[in-house]
Amino acid sequence: MDTTLEKIKILIAVREAARPARRAAFSLALPLLVFLIVTFVAPIVLLLFTAVNNPEPQAVIPQTLAALERWDGKAMPEEAVFAALAKELAQAQQDRTAALLGKRFNYEVPGMRSRVVSAARMALANPTGPYRERFLALDAEWGSPALWAVVKRNAGTLTPYYLLNAIDLQQEPDGSLQRVEADQRVFMTILGRTLFVAFTVTFLTLVLGYPVAYMLTIAPSGVARIMMLCVLLPLWTSLLVRTTAWVVLLQTDGVINDALLALGFTDHRLQLIFSRFGTVAAMTHIQLPFTILPIYSVMKSIPPTQLRAARSLGAGPLSSFWKIYAPQTVPGVMAGGLITFILSLGYYITPALVGGPGDQMVSNFISIYINRDLNWGLASALGVILLTVTIAIYLVFLRLVGAEKLRMG
Amino acid sequence: MTIRSHVTALLAAGLLASVAGAALAQSSLSVMSFGGAYQAAQRKAVFEPYTAKTNIKIAEQEYGGEIAKIKAMIQAGNVTLDVIDVDAPTLQQGCDEGIYEKLDWSKIGAKSEWLAGTTSDCGVGTIVYSTSLAYDSARLKDGPTSMKDLFDTKKFPGKRGLWKNPATNLEFALMADGVAPADVYKVLSTKDGVDRAFKKLDTIKKDIVWWEAGAQAPQILASGEVTMTTAWNGRIHNANKEGKQFKIVWDNQILDSNFWAIPKGAKNLTGSHDFIKYAVDPQALAAMTKYIPYGPVRTTAAQFVAKEDAANLPTSPDNLKTAITLDNAFWGDKGDEIRKRFTTWLSQ
Repeated sequence: MDTTLEKIKILIAVREAARPARRAAFSLALPLLVFLIVTFVAPIVLLLFTAVNNPEPQAVIPQTLAALERWDGKAMPEEAVFAALAKELAQAQQDRTAALLGKRFNYEVPGMRSRVVSAARMALANPTGPYRERFLALDAEWGSPALWAVVKRNAGTLTPYYLLNAIDLQQEPDGSLQRVEADQRVFMTILGRTLFVAFTVTFLTLVLGYPVAYMLTIAPSGVARIMMLCVLLPLWTSLLVRTTAWVVLLQTDGVINDALLALGFTDHRLQLIFSRFGTVAAMTHIQLPFTILPIYSVMKSIPPTQLRAARSLGAGPLSSFWKIYAPQTVPGVMAGGLITFILSLGYYITPALVGGPGDQMVSNFISIYINRDLNWGLASALGVILLTVTIAIYLVFLRLVGAEKLRMG
Repeated sequence: MTIRSHVTALLAAGLLASVAGAALAQSSLSVMSFGGAYQAAQRKAVFEPYTAKTNIKIAEQEYGGEIAKIKAMIQAGNVTLDVIDVDAPTLQQGCDEGIYEKLDWSKIGAKSEWLAGTTSDCGVGTIVYSTSLAYDSARLKDGPTSMKDLFDTKKFPGKRGLWKNPATNLEFALMADGVAPADVYKVLSTKDGVDRAFKKLDTIKKDIVWWEAGAQAPQILASGEVTMTTAWNGRIHNANKEGKQFKIVWDNQILDSNFWAIPKGAKNLTGSHDFIKYAVDPQALAAMTKYIPYGPVRTTAAQFVAKEDAANLPTSPDNLKTAITLDNAFWGDKGDEIRKRFTTWLSQ
């Protein structure tokens, strides 16, 4: 009892004595911590926020939304609602915010952009009411309860719209969730395709990379050095250059087709580029070093004497490799596979250049919604979905193989 | 030289550079455009003569039309650009988002001189380009002559290149299906019309090679990947300058324009307006056609265009007969919905 107490006291004393050193160590790590928060945590929080942020309706038409609160959702709204909308749209027309509001509603009701813009022009030209007839004269859709239900639903400054859209769902006027029309269901297919391509590429890099990593460890050092250079060289070349090189190889008049024809393997030129084959081939090539290196570094740490010992104790070459060597390489295989899988989820230039029309991945759409459509809400929502799926896969993976099996080298 | 004197020299040089920079800022404008042959033409026809005339230097920037870049710059509050060249959808979106300055047209010219749809509160039309059908006359002796031939795989077997975007393709499909050019958008604004366009595209779907970047179109045509392709006319012209024998079929071509705009918060509004006024001067617009076959949007410029250049322009009367102008308001309204349907259709 006494000795236990003594031990605890000593432990506490040791910890006390070490505190300044720990503090110093922490302060050294502080810049990195701040850096991580600024460049990693903050953007992700911002991403999550952008995916649900809905500032436009409350900023431009707050009174209309307040007037709509009393609306029953069945008949056409009263004149008071139209009057409030006219007043606020006239102001918006002067502030040049009307089109922004229209664009926001256009996501949910196609055609709303020009409807709002022309209504704003009308409102500014007519300072006095009544307005309902004028709105209906512009476009009969202004009388549709479904349209007003969408407006009313957007009274909050947060919206589930983008996240729902990113998984092909929509809110009905009564609030229930429905799948979007068949010809509008794109994102789940694309997500499935992204996962499938990433999985295929991971599998292929493992099958191709494992023997290479093994050769690297057993080859004489001169040869190994040259082999290592061959593995690393592509890594030092720009991604775009490597992708374009694949375009040259795969195109219909390209080297591969020429060779196949000359050797008589085929009597017509094959469609290699702009296909799933092209995407997977180019991505596998680009990802190979990322798979090989972790496997290699784990293999390097396995003493070759173990294999010799297994052989001397009577195991055959195959069984000594399979029972003694292979199990020890699992952490490297897992690490390499995981790196390649997660990196593959984010590809977009390569599928865009060598892939076919059905090979675009999620990142491609994220970039389109950011750069071309300025729909940052939907882009963020797609990012959130991709992030969630990645984290989920990572957690399942950890559960299945165990964290201790994962070694980055 | 000791380390200290190195430092002193560096500091002095830095100081000099910043003083020079401040002096330069007074007499330079930062202009961003699309690079490549297009910006090279602008350099020759507009930037260099402008500098020669006013002694104001043009600091050139290039981009690929990413509106997000402009928006991010304005949100960051450090607008270093004075004038930007934008395409029509970017102009409309940016105008919606309020990322351009409202223009003072009295400082630029009379709006009535511009072609319909090429003036707005935020932008001044500068050139008209065309998306049209092109083929390689070195490979195909009797080439296509109309948009119908794009869809005629019996008469012209082989792959076709199309822009991976519903815009222009749905219009081409409807016109090839017999819709009069004037009615294209009336038909397209109904669900039946969109169905009809997709049905027409279905007939050649397995023969389509999709291109995304403008440079890809002449490339797949040159490599023989496709028998014919839709393309932006400037790209085809450029390939011909490099020795290709591509031919443009002007039938049912689709016109669209580029614009000059001033990003919100630009420091030198007077200077920006002055530059735009010069850049859209009829003489300057006509001079552009010497270097790249993009038509001037200002009717008063036509008289200054050399005869040999005029025939290559999408806006020459002969080429305009069955042309339509891309309806950017339509695509602003329906673009998102149709693009999703297009994506689903592509992967079916």
